Amino acid sequence: MAGFLLKRLLNYLALTSVATILGYLLVSSTLNPEARFLGRNPPVPQASIDTTLSRLGVNPDTPLLVRLGNWIVNLVTTGSLGTSSRGTEVTADIFARSGTSLRLLVIGTILGALIGIAIGVWGAVRQYKAPDQITTYASFVILATPVFVLAVLLMITATAINRTTDSQIFNFTGEYTPGLTGGFFTILGDRIVHLLLPTISLTVFAVASYSRYQRSAMLDVMSADYIRTARSKGRTRGSAMIRHGVRVALIPMSTFFAYSFGLILTGASVTELAFSWHGMGEYLITSIRNNDINAAAGTILFTSILVLISGTLADFLYAALDPRVRV
Amino acid sequence: MTEPLLRVDDLHVTFGGQGSAVHAVRGVSYEVNRGEFLGIVGESGSGKSVSSTAVMGLLPSSAQVSGSIRFDGRELLDLDDRELSRIRGSEIAMIFQDPLSALTPVYTIGQQIIEGLKLHDRSISNQAARARAVELLGVVGIPNPQRRVDSFPHEFSGGMRQRAMIAIAIANDPKLIIADEPTTALDVTIQAQILEVLQTAKDITGAAVVLITHDLGVVAGNADRVAVMYAGRIVEQAPVDTLFTEPAMPYTVGLLRSMPNMAAPREERLVPLEGRPPLLTTIPTGCPFADRCPAAFAACRQGEPALAPVAGAAEHTAACIRAEEIAAGTLRRPDIFPRPEEVAVAPVARAESAPVVELKDVKRTFPVMKGTVFRRRIGTVKAVDGVTFSVDRGTTLGLVGESGSGKTTTILELLELAKAQHGTISVNGVDTATLTAADRRKLRSEIQIVFQDPMASLDPRMSVEDIIAEPLTVVDVPKDEQRRRVAHMLELVGLEPSFATRYPHQFSGGQRQRIGIARALIVEPKILVLDEPVSALDVSVQAGVLNLLEDLKAQLGLSYLFVAHDLAVVRHIADDVAVMYLGRIVEYGPADLIFSDPRHPYTQALFSAVPVPDPQVERTRSRVLLQGDLPSPLDEITGCPFRSRCPLYKLLPEDRQRRCAEEDPAPRSVHDRDVRCHWAEEERFDVAV
Repeated sequence: MAGFLLKRLLNYLALTSVATILGYLLVSSTLNPEARFLGRNPPVPQASIDTTLSRLGVNPDTPLLVRLGNWIVNLVTTGSLGTSSRGTEVTADIFARSGTSLRLLVIGTILGALIGIAIGVWGAVRQYKAPDQITTYASFVILATPVFVLAVLLMITATAINRTTDSQIFNFTGEYTPGLTGGFFTILGDRIVHLLLPTISLTVFAVASYSRYQRSAMLDVMSADYIRTARSKGRTRGSAMIRHGVRVALIPMSTFFAYSFGLILTGASVTELAFSWHGMGEYLITSIRNNDINAAAGTILFTSILVLISGTLADFLYAALDPRVRV
Repeated sequence: MTEPLLRVDDLHVTFGGQGSAVHAVRGVSYEVNRGEFLGIVGESGSGKSVSSTAVMGLLPSSAQVSGSIRFDGRELLDLDDRELSRIRGSEIAMIFQDPLSALTPVYTIGQQIIEGLKLHDRSISNQAARARAVELLGVVGIPNPQRRVDSFPHEFSGGMRQRAMIAIAIANDPKLIIADEPTTALDVTIQAQILEVLQTAKDITGAAVVLITHDLGVVAGNADRVAVMYAGRIVEQAPVDTLFTEPAMPYTVGLLRSMPNMAAPREERLVPLEGRPPLLTTIPTGCPFADRCPAAFAACRQGEPALAPVAGAAEHTAACIRAEEIAAGTLRRPDIFPRPEEVAVAPVARAESAPVVELKDVKRTFPVMKGTVFRRRIGTVKAVDGVTFSVDRGTTLGLVGESGSGKTTTILELLELAKAQHGTISVNGVDTATLTAADRRKLRSEIQIVFQDPMASLDPRMSVEDIIAEPLTVVDVPKDEQRRRVAHMLELVGLEPSFATRYPHQFSGGQRQRIGIARALIVEPKILVLDEPVSALDVSVQAGVLNLLEDLKAQLGLSYLFVAHDLAVVRHIADDVAVMYLGRIVEYGPADLIFSDPRHPYTQALFSAVPVPDPQVERTRSRVLLQGDLPSPLDEITGCPFRSRCPLYKLLPEDRQRRCAEEDPAPRSVHDRDVRCHWAEEERFDVAV
């Protein structure tokens, strides 16, 4: 087992390096950090721009490979991903912001998976009947709606409710109310209120896609011979479906779940923007908008590590669910 | 005791709605008494499985069921799923056809047996349930049940999984066991084991058994009574001896006469049962068998005959208006289905013709790799391990053996027409290792293959003409010439030339296999490799295809390499036989010699495992049962590879056993055939069990 994990780790190290180097080359050759200084009034002197860019290690006059080399050496020796264009440490930014993303997304992802699986199974068992038809159309409508539209709709509804009840049930800007003071429970309550709408929006999307996958996985399993065997042993139809059917139909879902869980930290840029949460998704988008090479490259490295962790998670989940692939 | 255990009365099962309804079962009535063994025989689509699945209440919800199923005093059709689930598994148990998919892959064998126990006895403790599961696995003959109880299904072979299924079925001492084609997916040696276990299970539980099968041989040795189903109805029902000796329904007569029989002389031609069963989308107005029945007259098409007693015997019923004539002997059975006449063959003078195919010490190994990142070799599968045989011009070599014995790899090696990993392969006297690419393409038209599954081996999107003519496109034959030759081929294989424009799905299995044969023959090869050509076909159409193959061989002077696991078929068609075990040929020689006097213990066991469609023979003959499964081809075996399963080895004195364990027997000539056994000269030991 230790050997297996070590091999995995080496393999991942190689993959992460390749992904990161390619990512760095891509952002370095497309983003233009100089743009931030141009067109300012009064104009910034060229020498000053060059000094700033060189200090960040993103001066286009330095050959690309040299910049890449410096960036890697810096990363390996000091563990630092460089400084962002706003002068903050990229590493510190990522840590702070991934925490925010985690708090925002973890409930939505888990809830979405659980409800999605339940609805998918329900739809499969009642194939072509009313529950199946309704959930099918509902998921397609949701999947076809852009995230921000749904977010805005939710906000409008929340505001309307707030207005009619004349209270602040829903509070959806940011992660917490700035300047709020009070005991632990006041703060916690405030945070939960802020979580409500983004979580609903995330959950609804997760449910829509999970239920589709789960439904087709379940349909594959439902006609399997071992369901019939389980019934011939004395299980009722429903109990055979749950005990033998769902258990097997979960196997292909584990991969899907592991990847969406792994990407939880960077996967919801639009939701973060819509609800003004300063998480990783927002970070990536603003860093590109600001032509911030170091921040963008750092985010790519972070994401590639997450992808590989999810890959491992998927493998372990799969092996835990399916005895046939255990080594 | 007047009330039978199970009484099915006028059972109808219809699938689908108005317009597209399929009448799968149309008025089936039968009874099963306590402790009785009933065999239900029929071809695919006859409704035999559907009618028994209806008893279990396991039909899909789209099925409309009417009639009456009374089990032990209760009407099962009145019960809902919850009430039925209390009877299922405790009083009625079922064993299914495909053991590979019938067990849930994610639970251990033990968990699945315990589940069955706990569902019907909530008070049973975990330890007691586990102990019972181990005991049950022991009963059905799983070695090391204590350890194997924690195995997952994929760690079991097909035969062991079917044993586990039987263990689940008998877990709660049911009163009735329904076995739906329990041995169809298994090798003949494993089939013999499973039938034995089924008998044991019946004896232990005292349960009645309903055995559903398409193989008359399987019911002959086991059943007390047999019901024959055709087109959704029972057409004949009788005690087993009566059914086999005095069948009164022409369909049964034809079925019995069409079966190749291990015990019958080889010269006899098979009696084909032409045509195909009617589609069940419409309710037939006359006798559904009339179109295929040579004895049918006008009255047969006026209304469907009911099941009526034959010659006043209450226990023998048949659904035929001429049943009395047949029973009385005024309409003789051989006259209904006469044996077709043999096509005159010029006897092959073997000595003067060089072999058309010759394999010398051919080996084929596959590396077994493990790991995805750093792949490493963990062993070698010796799929073919030194095979030597030859096919003489105009003769048929039958290659037989269990699945996994290397038959298919051998023929694929041959058909590759390339240099073998080891040894030499020659076709028409030319060593394939020396061929250039152009020569090889030329030689391809000399040797062709017919595949096992006629459903899968024909492209459903190509018309019959395109399928048959496809080999010709490789050698650039003009379109007109192609069309002419396709028409000729269709005629040759017994199909209408007008069928050329149709598509494969419009044909029955037997017709599709004929198309497959036509495709192989269109380039006028001299050698045909037949890879299980009839094993996917129903018994009644098998005979027609086998007869066709024999005719073609005589007419066109073909040579066959016939791969099969059905020994009765091989017995019928082969001139020479090679018996394969674990990648090597253990016995090889003239078919007549080997079938009449097999010398290798494996051959003996293989032959004795084949069920004979004759109850008398089945009851009296002694069986050589093989223990266990084929060993893993990964194992390094010293000495004789068959030792682990050899019935003879167990009876040998110790000094002789040592020789088996230490020395790998080389092929040597014993009684005019090659045998790989140290003790082949010995008079056969009494190895019966």
